[in-house]
Amino acid sequence: MHLTGKFCNTEGVDTPAVKGADGLLGEVERAEAALRAAADRAGAGSFEAVIEADQKIEPRDVMPEDYRKGLIRQIAQHAHSEIIGMQPEGNWITRAPSLRRKAILLAKVQDEAGHGLYLYAAAETLGVTREELTEALLSGRQKYSSIFNYPTLTWADMGAIGWLVDGAAIVNQVPLCRCSYGPYARAMIRICKEESFHQRQGYQSLYVLANGSPEQRRMAQDAVNRWWYPSLAMFGPPDSESTHSAQSMAWKIKRFSNDELRQRFVDMCVPQADILGLTLPDPDLKWNEQRGHYDFTPPDFDELMRVVKGDGPCNRQRMAHRRRAHDEGAWVREAAAAYAAKGKTA
Amino acid sequence: MNEPLWEVFVRPRRGLSHTHVGSLHAPDARMALRHARDLYTRRQEGVSIWVVPASEITASSPDEKDSFFDPAGDKIYRHPTFYELPEGVEHL
Amino acid sequence: MTDPMSEGSSRVNQQARVPQRSGGTPLELADDALIAAQRLSEWVARAPTLEEDVALTNIALDQLGVARLLLQSLGDEDELAYRRGDAEFRNCLLVELPFGRARGDLDFGWTVVWLLFLAAAQKLRYEAWDNEVAAKAVKESAYHLDHATQWVIRLGDGTSLSRERVQAAVEELWPYTHELTEGIRDDWLSIVEPVLKEATLVKPSHDTWRPSGGRSGRHTEHLSYVLAEMQALHRAHPGVQW
Repeated sequence: MHLTGKFCNTEGVDTPAVKGADGLLGEVERAEAALRAAADRAGAGSFEAVIEADQKIEPRDVMPEDYRKGLIRQIAQHAHSEIIGMQPEGNWITRAPSLRRKAILLAKVQDEAGHGLYLYAAAETLGVTREELTEALLSGRQKYSSIFNYPTLTWADMGAIGWLVDGAAIVNQVPLCRCSYGPYARAMIRICKEESFHQRQGYQSLYVLANGSPEQRRMAQDAVNRWWYPSLAMFGPPDSESTHSAQSMAWKIKRFSNDELRQRFVDMCVPQADILGLTLPDPDLKWNEQRGHYDFTPPDFDELMRVVKGDGPCNRQRMAHRRRAHDEGAWVREAAAAYAAKGKTA
Repeated sequence: MNEPLWEVFVRPRRGLSHTHVGSLHAPDARMALRHARDLYTRRQEGVSIWVVPASEITASSPDEKDSFFDPAGDKIYRHPTFYELPEGVEHL
Repeated sequence: MTDPMSEGSSRVNQQARVPQRSGGTPLELADDALIAAQRLSEWVARAPTLEEDVALTNIALDQLGVARLLLQSLGDEDELAYRRGDAEFRNCLLVELPFGRARGDLDFGWTVVWLLFLAAAQKLRYEAWDNEVAAKAVKESAYHLDHATQWVIRLGDGTSLSRERVQAAVEELWPYTHELTEGIRDDWLSIVEPVLKEATLVKPSHDTWRPSGGRSGRHTEHLSYVLAEMQALHRAHPGVQW
């Protein structure tokens, strides 16, 4: 977990260290330590007492039905996002412009599948099955993050997604490492540790483009222009309109509000954009001495709602792709089950 | 087609016990083991893996928690610190 | 037509053409692994289960890793991967075929048969070598071989539909295995035949068509599509860093 110093790279371009990432990873480590410390404290009795004592709720504990359902919804949406999120980046694997970048991108998209699986496993401890979760995704009953309904139009989008989308995801996810539900918290710790390379590779890739040929630089700026506001929208509707937030906070599923996290993300990105030498597409972005934060233009929440409801540029394409993969795999899954039923052990 | 659920246990290093790391779906034990390797040891996290059908695990129920675990709570004589030693004794 | 890989070709250093008999040349092995990785990448986010998605990507990453090490031993890896034309590639025809009868097909049964044939050959070739890259590659191909074996058995001995599909794949791909296994045919058969038997699959009875040419740069129609996709972006921006 060393983010300070220079990036290691093999292509002769030094990239300065990203400020802020260090703090986030430190938080993951501290969340893990807190999880162990909570386990060491004497056992509290009731659900409320466990929550109150900052201990973890475990799978077969008694828990309010709304806590269970809310968690299933949240973890499932998170898992679906990882799985659908493979598509926009998977789109560029076969065209990656160097073998090194191809290997990095393959490994990253593979991690996303892995993270989806960790999360499905966590959701299943709450008494829902993978089949039910898959069905809920494919039927559109459960959602995934709207960010993945935007297209990846150039190679620079790989960098912008790594930096902005993964960056926003990490800001969202790090507090979840302290979530009151044990399996979710443990999955998030594992995921955050593994994802530390995702954001870094994106930033480094964008840095190379920003310092490359004029065409590469244009590509990088264009990608940042397109991904900035959708990334801000990843934190969800403003606190004043957020439906699930208050209860989630009380149950210690969520630890910070949407707007708090969004602000934190903006504050991290501004100096990082400076180092890249790229501009964030917000003319009103400026430091507010009084607040100790950057003022910024909020994303278009009407657009967010349109995309959530299915009218984003790629909603139909992403869903059709997932359904197709599932349908085309049916004969394979049936054959494997038929073989298993024969009781042979190959 | 519902693939069975398998619980995965990984021994992180020699000298440590297998630890539960998560679960996955696979049609049979052999495929479960292979998937566990690909999924849970992508970063050299293990030297040995167990997979167990989730349906074969019998878990204690939270309702039984008191009768199961509280009785052990007052048997402090099972712990070495219960025994005071005379001064000067070493290697014990 | 002159062989672009003949003496004087500047991209590949001389070592590349040291014949390795049963090992194959480094360039042949590199190109097999590179094109295999490129093909396997098509499976990302498309596999029959999410667990299998992770597994196939692992195999693609292994293939790409070996390809890179071999290409680096021969020259600049990106120059070799991105700036050669199809006639300069030395991979066998098998690896460049689509995963099905037509371009764009993605048949899982076809893929596991393809992987069984390929991994068995790669393992033998790497074993015939004696260096660090080969030592790593042998272990990886043993794993690929096992993974493919497990699937071929399950699909061959699964449902009647699955058996029909993998049997068809065996028949379609078998002709290409002659080029793949040149010099190692008997050893290769001793690996593959027991697997087919356990999977209740049979070799094609008619085995006279034996396409080849990949090792001398004469490929199928498919390779230039693979390369077009792989190389387009790199070639559009000559001389830059990524």
